[in-house]
Amino acid sequence: MSLASALKTGDLTALPSRRDEDWRWTDLRGLLRILPPPAPAHDGDIPAGPFVELTDAGTVFVNGRRVAGADVSKGVVALRFVALADKTSQAASHALVVKPGETLVLLESHEGRAGGYVSNVTLDIAVGEGASLERIILVEDDAEAINVVTAEIDLAPGATYAQTVLTSGARRQRIETRVNHPGAHAQVRLDGVYILGGQRHADQTTVVTHAGVDGVTSQLTKGVAADQARGVFQGRIVVAQGADQTDARMGHHALILSDKAEVDAKPELLIFADDVSCAHGNTIGALDDEAIFYARQRGIPEAEAKAMLTVAFVGEVVERIEHEGARAIAAAWVARKLGSPT
Amino acid sequence: MLKIQNLHARVEDKPILKGVTLDVPAGEVHAIMGPNGAGKSTLSYVLSGRGGYEVTEGSASLNGDDLLALEPNERAAKGLFLSFQYPLEIPGVPALTFIRTALNAQRRARGEDEVAAPAFLKLAKEKAAALKIDFEMLKRGLNVGFSGGEKKRMEIFQMSMLSPKFLILDETDSGLDIDALKIVSEGVNALRSPERGMLVITHYQRLLDYIKPDKVHVLAAGRIVASGGPELALQLEAEGYDKYVAAA
Repeated sequence: MSLASALKTGDLTALPSRRDEDWRWTDLRGLLRILPPPAPAHDGDIPAGPFVELTDAGTVFVNGRRVAGADVSKGVVALRFVALADKTSQAASHALVVKPGETLVLLESHEGRAGGYVSNVTLDIAVGEGASLERIILVEDDAEAINVVTAEIDLAPGATYAQTVLTSGARRQRIETRVNHPGAHAQVRLDGVYILGGQRHADQTTVVTHAGVDGVTSQLTKGVAADQARGVFQGRIVVAQGADQTDARMGHHALILSDKAEVDAKPELLIFADDVSCAHGNTIGALDDEAIFYARQRGIPEAEAKAMLTVAFVGEVVERIEHEGARAIAAAWVARKLGSPT
Repeated sequence: MLKIQNLHARVEDKPILKGVTLDVPAGEVHAIMGPNGAGKSTLSYVLSGRGGYEVTEGSASLNGDDLLALEPNERAAKGLFLSFQYPLEIPGVPALTFIRTALNAQRRARGEDEVAAPAFLKLAKEKAAALKIDFEMLKRGLNVGFSGGEKKRMEIFQMSMLSPKFLILDETDSGLDIDALKIVSEGVNALRSPERGMLVITHYQRLLDYIKPDKVHVLAAGRIVASGGPELALQLEAEGYDKYVAAA
């Protein structure tokens, strides 16, 4: 059941539908009646990506084909998936290994520079013993696009994995991250921001499986849904038998800015071990009217006050990005999406 | 300066203000005292434009501008400042960012140039020092985790940065110990000037030992039922509000 197999075989019945529990808020089968033709190879210039000023190397996929890049596993590296052909389908897969003891900042971008495409990206990432990977994923899809990005992350003992997704959604979009957590002093941070307007949809699904003792996972996702947009958060943390001393925290908080917007959240903790510290918090609400009045009383017009408070709400996630340049780009992206002057 | 004429206001169907008339000329400090439920906070909220109140009769103007026709931020740009009884915490917005945003929004609304960052920071450092506010605190989320006294001091700091024409202090003494009360009162007194008016709303006389009013008014059951000099506050302290509540 996946978009990847449907694109490979042309069999639409392979698409996940709302009858699949894990896809009930992100129905693809009901939406995709015809698969668009495969995207052609692109020969021509490729516009610069959003992280161009920060990266010294990178891998680029255009229309599902790898067009540039060497396998670099340390430093600050770009990974770009660029859609340049209207109403076509594309599929890409990529594997990445961070060697033991090395540090990598992966600045990943999904750049919809065409309309109405269907895209699937599958990533396999391994982070070696004592190695560290910070992965920032900026997803800017076309409003009519369908995009599924699935990453499987394998961590070795003592590894550090930090992730921040920044997305403005698509016609239908899913960013799924599955982390195999060995415990063993490995640390995971899994964050996300979604800022949705129009009829956009964004689904952030995560599964973290703690298999051994002494693992840490910290998760914070914040979202904003306006107009008729729909945000989906599915967070599952599994603590396997014997994975004692696991420390796992999950937070998802969303602002709904219109009556027709919707946010669906399913936080799940499945705990089969003893002596663990696990917690989740989930809130969905509106901006605080008192805070808006307070700002207006000081002279800030209503729209500006709302934008300021919304940027601040989401800002907590952005602040957790360790790489300074990426954090600045993320902050600017948030301000732009929310129409804030700051 | 501030002119209130026969002001009536209600919350849903419940009348709270039932004909308040008050005139605070520039350069004067007037105190409004009254028992709980008299409408003191309602008066400050109606003047500043908070939602949920309906004005059914009367008028309120500041320097001739009809306050009731303006949005809350437009009233602020005209120079009206309400010091909140319970200032809000704004996580994620540093105090300096908040105040600079407010100052520049007000200046834009008045057709003035915005204040550039260096000039703003210089002013903020001076004003913070005068109020004994640790400058580092201004880089953190506004009022987040602050004590009651720190929040009130931050209100005074905002006043001194925004330099409003008219101040309404709503129960500024609530939640303050005596040291905080002194610092806050000194901050307010420093803002007294012949061009500026103030309305000090309080339940207790204590605050008026530090901020000396020119006139004292008693608000009971939605009306001003007595007015006098500073001695009226002392009399209320001694006798309580009973006779005014009964009369109203």
